[in-house]
Amino acid sequence: MSVVPAAIVAGLVGLGVYLLLQRTLTRIVIGVAMLGHAANLLLLVAGGPPGRQPIVGRFTDADRAAGAVADPLPQALALTAIVISFGITAFLLALAYRSWVLHRDDEVEDDVEDRRIARLGERELGTLARWWRRR
Amino acid sequence: MNALLALPVALPLLAAALATVLYRSRPAQRVVAVAAVAASLGCAVALLVRVEADGVQSVQAGAWPAPIGITLVADLFSALMLVVSLATVLAVLVFAIGQPGVDRDQPVFHPVYLVLTAGVAQSLVTGDLFNLFVAYEVTLAASYVLITLGGARHQIRSGMTYVIINLVASTLFVIAIGWVYAATGTVNMADLAAKVGALPDGVRTALGLFLLLVFGIKAAIFPLFFWLPDSYPTARTPVTAVFAGLLTKVGVYSIVRTQTLLFPEHRPSTVLLVLAGLTMVVGVLGAIAQNDMKRILSFHIVSQIGYMILGLGLFTVAGVAGAVLFILHQIPVKTALFLTTGMVEESAGSTALDRVGGLIRRNPLAAWMFFLAAMSLAGIPPLSGFVGKFALVSAGIGAKEHLIVGVSLFVSLLTLFSMTKIWNGVFWGTAEDPALRLRSSPPGERLRTPVLMNVATVGLVLLTVAIGVFGGPLHELSVRAAQDLLEPTAYVAEVLGR
Repeated sequence: MSVVPAAIVAGLVGLGVYLLLQRTLTRIVIGVAMLGHAANLLLLVAGGPPGRQPIVGRFTDADRAAGAVADPLPQALALTAIVISFGITAFLLALAYRSWVLHRDDEVEDDVEDRRIARLGERELGTLARWWRRR
Repeated sequence: MNALLALPVALPLLAAALATVLYRSRPAQRVVAVAAVAASLGCAVALLVRVEADGVQSVQAGAWPAPIGITLVADLFSALMLVVSLATVLAVLVFAIGQPGVDRDQPVFHPVYLVLTAGVAQSLVTGDLFNLFVAYEVTLAASYVLITLGGARHQIRSGMTYVIINLVASTLFVIAIGWVYAATGTVNMADLAAKVGALPDGVRTALGLFLLLVFGIKAAIFPLFFWLPDSYPTARTPVTAVFAGLLTKVGVYSIVRTQTLLFPEHRPSTVLLVLAGLTMVVGVLGAIAQNDMKRILSFHIVSQIGYMILGLGLFTVAGVAGAVLFILHQIPVKTALFLTTGMVEESAGSTALDRVGGLIRRNPLAAWMFFLAAMSLAGIPPLSGFVGKFALVSAGIGAKEHLIVGVSLFVSLLTLFSMTKIWNGVFWGTAEDPALRLRSSPPGERLRTPVLMNVATVGLVLLTVAIGVFGGPLHELSVRAAQDLLEPTAYVAEVLGR
């Protein structure tokens, strides 16, 4: 296996994770797409070294055993994965657009209820601290 | 050929197409959806009977022989899961039709719901790792639409988190499949089970842990659960109910399947037991802090996942049998709890504990259905939760893992406590929010919920009661399922035709 595809996969994953950690949805979408590319490339690399012909029919079993034919299965898998990530990316973009329509912004907000409960906890801690100081 | 295996996947998909064409007529869509899910359930029951009598069943899609083509395969565990899941799907569908406003303005509800059903069925019967990924994507794509259906502000907010987390998990899944294929040259699970033994220990452990991470995100086990209580409560109640009952359990199913088939340990796995304990404790503590029925129950989903992982982590026949039985009990119970939440929401107008109150006099049916399901969840005998927890606890004691057994019993107590909190807040006392329908109607008047909602909830609660009553035979089936899981020779032989 050559180092180049592995390095490209690593680079794409790094880029994807960095973009995923942003707060705006458009960057997240690009990040997800990068991660998807990395996964698909990895599938191809898993199929064996590059440069071999992908057609099964013209070869004898001996050729196949000698590794003259590229493995078609990872390519089929990668194609399926590409189609799926295409559909989901379109859905994510629709979500981002809806978010922009609703509040002119595509930033992902916090969980409101969770923050309310966290504030409740802080208030209780504050009461406890005041009680402790008074003693 | 064994068409029974393919029908629970194919029927809902065909019906989804038909329901899309019939988008103008809600009644026609309803008939198509109910008929398709009921027919799938019938096939699943027939499949269970057949698997029980003749052992593992399999079918090769397009008649391509096993390691190359896609295999659909059902052993006792998949068949049991399929029956319980489809029964739950049917109950929720009836509930959704009954609840005003769920499908009325949403022509896409029925098609998408049917696609979700097909995805769940496919992930239970597939015998191919990549096909499992496709099944997950089918399920998830449908769930993305369902969770954001309506496009309200809070739905978009939490829907984004849900979609992105699941997308990342799916990408990791593809990467895991790539690694598995690079290491073994196959993605067929039965073929993998035979080939994975030849791998070096390090590679095997890495693959096992990576798959655990992928399915752990879907199943919401301890460090990976944070997305669930945030996103589930924002959807419409029937949607939350079906997600709560099925999606995480399909994740657990995949964990059980891959860990037993590919990485058989045959001794207690410390990693799984620690994760199980933390999942239980953190989930239940999160639930206690919440103040809304839907959110409390969402945290309990996480907590109960811990019990299933506990059973698997023991890696004994008794432990895995306990896990199987517990999953079978959880699917209807969790869904029934969310359906009663839907009844509360429908009759009172809110599910916040500090706004609603006194529903036991106003809607006694909802109250008693909640009571039965909640007691079952907490594990009070003679209900189904007791049977499941008893099997797990005795398996844990049998494997001499006393610490985790203690933790699980303590968490049961906390579960009971938080169910009591809901009971006190919603069903006893008086309503505190004058803006609610509860207060605006005259005090003595019963708040009725539509008949179909009642029928669906009662049906599902009866199913959980039946799981308790037939606990003995079901436990025997679970033990047989667990034996098959831990010694997958019959499974491998059936798929590979040897």
